[in-house]
Amino acid sequence: MKLSTALSGETYQFNSVKEVLAKASEEKSGDKMAGIRAASSLERMAAKLTLSELQLKDIYENPVIPYEHDEVTRIIYDDISQFIYKEISGWTVGELRNYILSHRTTSEDLKRISRGLTSEMISGVSKLMSSMDLVSASQKMRYQAHCNTTIGEPGRLAFRAQANHPIDNPNGIIASVKEGLSYGSGDAVIGINPNNESVDSVSKILHITYDLMDKWEIPTQNCVLSHVTTQMDALRKGAPVGLMFQSLAGTQKANEDFGVSEEILDEGYALMKEKSYSAGPNFYYFETGQGSEVSLSAHEGVDMQTLEARTHGYARHWNPFMVNNVSGFIGPEILFDGRQVIRADLEDLFMGKLHGLPMGIAPTYTNHTIADQNDQEIGGMLTALGGANFYMGVPGGDDVMLSYQDTSYHDDATLREMFGYRPLAEFEKWMEKMGLMENGKLTSRAGDLSVFD
Amino acid sequence: MDVENIVKEVLKELEGRLGQENKTGNPEKEKSNIEKHVEYIKEKKVSVDNPINVETIRSAQEITPARIGIGRTGTRMKTANYLDFLIDHAAAQDAVFKDVDESVLKELNLPVLNSTAKDQEEYLMNLDAGRKLDEASVEWLKQNAEKGKQVQIIVSDGLSSTGTPETVPDLMSALIQGLKLKNITIGTPVFIKRSRVWIQDEVAKLVDCDVVISLIGERPGLATSKSISAYIIYRPNEKSVEADRTVFSNIHEGGVPPAEAGAHLADTISEMLKFKSSGVKFAQRLE
Repeated sequence: MKLSTALSGETYQFNSVKEVLAKASEEKSGDKMAGIRAASSLERMAAKLTLSELQLKDIYENPVIPYEHDEVTRIIYDDISQFIYKEISGWTVGELRNYILSHRTTSEDLKRISRGLTSEMISGVSKLMSSMDLVSASQKMRYQAHCNTTIGEPGRLAFRAQANHPIDNPNGIIASVKEGLSYGSGDAVIGINPNNESVDSVSKILHITYDLMDKWEIPTQNCVLSHVTTQMDALRKGAPVGLMFQSLAGTQKANEDFGVSEEILDEGYALMKEKSYSAGPNFYYFETGQGSEVSLSAHEGVDMQTLEARTHGYARHWNPFMVNNVSGFIGPEILFDGRQVIRADLEDLFMGKLHGLPMGIAPTYTNHTIADQNDQEIGGMLTALGGANFYMGVPGGDDVMLSYQDTSYHDDATLREMFGYRPLAEFEKWMEKMGLMENGKLTSRAGDLSVFD
Repeated sequence: MDVENIVKEVLKELEGRLGQENKTGNPEKEKSNIEKHVEYIKEKKVSVDNPINVETIRSAQEITPARIGIGRTGTRMKTANYLDFLIDHAAAQDAVFKDVDESVLKELNLPVLNSTAKDQEEYLMNLDAGRKLDEASVEWLKQNAEKGKQVQIIVSDGLSSTGTPETVPDLMSALIQGLKLKNITIGTPVFIKRSRVWIQDEVAKLVDCDVVISLIGERPGLATSKSISAYIIYRPNEKSVEADRTVFSNIHEGGVPPAEAGAHLADTISEMLKFKSSGVKFAQRLE
């Protein structure tokens, strides 16, 4: 294993695969705050060069956090196909990049190779890829999943109706859901972030959203994004949980801060299989996103992008229905500006897909970051071009509970029409029945929540 | 609301200026000045074209601050709604990058302490800087703070310069009143400039309290920049994790009203003192 590189008359020496990965990352403020980024542009290039010559087995044999110390590492390694890994263990990371982008490599090939790649390899190869590389490779990969309906079919783009209310007013939530549905948002899930995380309050929102689905025969699933154990309690008490949510991170330490573990997630899955009204087999909705480990001082000296990849590697163990990043949700100490946020969105989409996940994207920004609506829309369009499965749908793009901006109901409808994508199959039929859509375009009735009067 | 106030202020100022010009006798100029200005009025309006039931939409708009009933042109927002959104974003950004007005802190009788963050940029970009007290503040607490009380209150600007002046006065007075009614002892409340949540652990240790509560300015949203969150922890130590903190968010006039929130927080703290815990452990104990 070569960990040093001579470049422009200087020798750059790295101490570990972990350090090479960190210093090969594109500039991000979170890695700077963690004190692990490259000190100069040329050092970054020396790290990329070193990385391109590492063999996959060098990375396999040197996980960024040891197997014995970290549950995330254990899940990732135990899920790898040793057969497929051994076929490619002699490749360099540079060769892996060439393979992914080659015309000869098909979607099926990438699906197969995915089973032999650890998350560090996936993070590594994406550090050698430009924006266009990432989008172009993402287009080759598309994964379907089934909960109550099917997500990820070719030519279809789905949305989560994120109809939050600052104090969970039930009528306020339902009004925003109706508005979303009338724009065609909500086919991925009707997913509400609660302000009050008590079991009673969460159950109440589960009931009102389910009743709406039931009354109007809406083919989708509902979800209230509280802690997994709270949703489990609600489910045990008879609340209708269509999809179970949890935020995940890329180190055991950060997951402990979140209050999650393999054991809890296994228990949640088993409970959904037993008690959910959804058919499955994909019952989980996971949120990821670069930087959560840094905010919790739980990054273990690993760069944010590699931790995001490890989160994907952890997530795929439970065969989720939806996974999306929320890189951009935290703030400028993690991703400084629109440029860093857009880059993270493209990386997250590619890395999620190379893990075989039904990946969606939340191109978000907060008001204390140097980013604005223009940046968010660029991130949205580029990841839609890359074939993201779904986005959020927030009224007017303004989340009045979580205080940040995300894709709006308008953006959802626009992305569909711009790329010629349709809603999920059953949901499109429902929209046609409601007179909201014809031939994949919104009708004049769309955007009027009083169609549900 | 913020923008509305700003607009009102601007109009008032304009009126004043015009009034003065009037005194110097220039009515012509006054008229032309008014005509020169575009007046921005922020109001909730149903802008859906030909809705089935306009009343349904109007009443929906009344029960949520969410941007619904705004209609569309093609698949995009209409011009007025798009500009509304951008104006709110501009106001929210401005609220982050300003300092809290110190006269408000004097009115609240709050001593002003500091984190180690030297300026706004360091505060935003380096989490650790906002999580530790500077030396002078440590010294001040050692010398002046009341020790061994049950509850210590901290006010933090957090990420909003408007949350403290707009929401904290009512919130804090309701909280203190609630605690006093229950005969719970309270140490000297302090304001810590450019501080983040975890600084409460250091303060709790220095003043030796049972429960520490931080009232901290949330990052401004488009709907409000006055929102405060309360983070509470029982006897924090090196082993404390995030799940040990109890959080109440969205405290502001348009969310959970400050007076109501203050009373509720006092009840919660009293329970925490009884159960000697906070966070997830505390929540489970209740069930």
